[in-house]
Amino acid sequence: MSPTATWIAVLVGAGVVFAIKLVGHLVPEHWLAEPRVARTAALVTVALLSALVAVQAVAHGRELVLDARLPALAVAAVALALRAPFVVVVILAAATAALLRALGMP
Amino acid sequence: MTDVSRQDAQRDEVRAAVRQAVSVAVATGLYGVSFGALSVVAGLSLGQTMALSLLMFSGGSQFAFIGVVGAGGTATAAVATAGLLGVRNGLYGPQVAPLLGVHGPRRLLAAQLTIDESTAVGTAHRPGPAARAGFWWTGVGVFVLWNLCTLGGALLGDALGDPRRYGLDAAAAAAFLALVWPRFSGPHGRLARLVGAAAVLAALATTPFLPAGVPVLLAAAIAIVVGMTAPADRDAPDDDERAHAPEEEGRA
Repeated sequence: MSPTATWIAVLVGAGVVFAIKLVGHLVPEHWLAEPRVARTAALVTVALLSALVAVQAVAHGRELVLDARLPALAVAAVALALRAPFVVVVILAAATAALLRALGMP
Repeated sequence: MTDVSRQDAQRDEVRAAVRQAVSVAVATGLYGVSFGALSVVAGLSLGQTMALSLLMFSGGSQFAFIGVVGAGGTATAAVATAGLLGVRNGLYGPQVAPLLGVHGPRRLLAAQLTIDESTAVGTAHRPGPAARAGFWWTGVGVFVLWNLCTLGGALLGDALGDPRRYGLDAAAAAAFLALVWPRFSGPHGRLARLVGAAAVLAALATTPFLPAGVPVLLAAAIAIVVGMTAPADRDAPDDDERAHAPEEEGRA
């Protein structure tokens, strides 16, 4: 891609992503009065975040790979079960993966 | 409860929301270092990298965008993938807009700051000052740190070497896990655990066959079907959908 084409893609992409955010804010509030819609919105967040956890943990492009990310995620889960604060959870996960990779794990 | 003790309780809730916002912002911001570095490695200029963090401002979309560009994809493919991953931000709007109640230019600002983290922190607190503090502090905090760290990462670029060496990719997975964790025990906890498990299976099963970003959207489709068709939960509060026990706060 030429630098100009990349710039156009960056700006159009940013515009699209912002427009989607704004549309969400302009949806009539009474849509949420229906409990099923509120529940669905909450479940959509759960599904997207859960899928992102899975994809970030084992996907590499279109391949599924088991590497240092998965044990790091397990350490994060234990830390969460022990009610560790967010930043501790994230640092523990990064440190675990960094350590395992230093020891030769992919 | 007297007015004074109610005000004290409210101030404590706001303080808890701000603390949570700051830790989320720091963790997410640090992850911005890896975005900045990876973006430059993918062939984007410093200006283009910063434009993504300032204007697109949505981690998933930004990573997807530079992934397509780095793999030699077309501009259309890069925009489409970023847009698809950004759809979830559109789904957050109806959740946070009633909490914020803003209009005019502040609504544009609120929309730009509507991302995974600000929504998660904002909705983890009781509607009112604590929820608003959670959203704004997280949104502004992540925006500032994400952009500063993007700049730092882009400048470091090759000097940083492989971000995987520092476990930054694992940190991303852990951050998303920490964000979804409290939702498994909140309202609709049982359904949330089922949907979460289904989302993981669906995303992993389809990753080898679908373009990047689509498996995550497929998971959202599952949630929509379950949310609209499943019978009402017995374990969910039926009066106030957003009621949260105080002990749930400060965990995301």
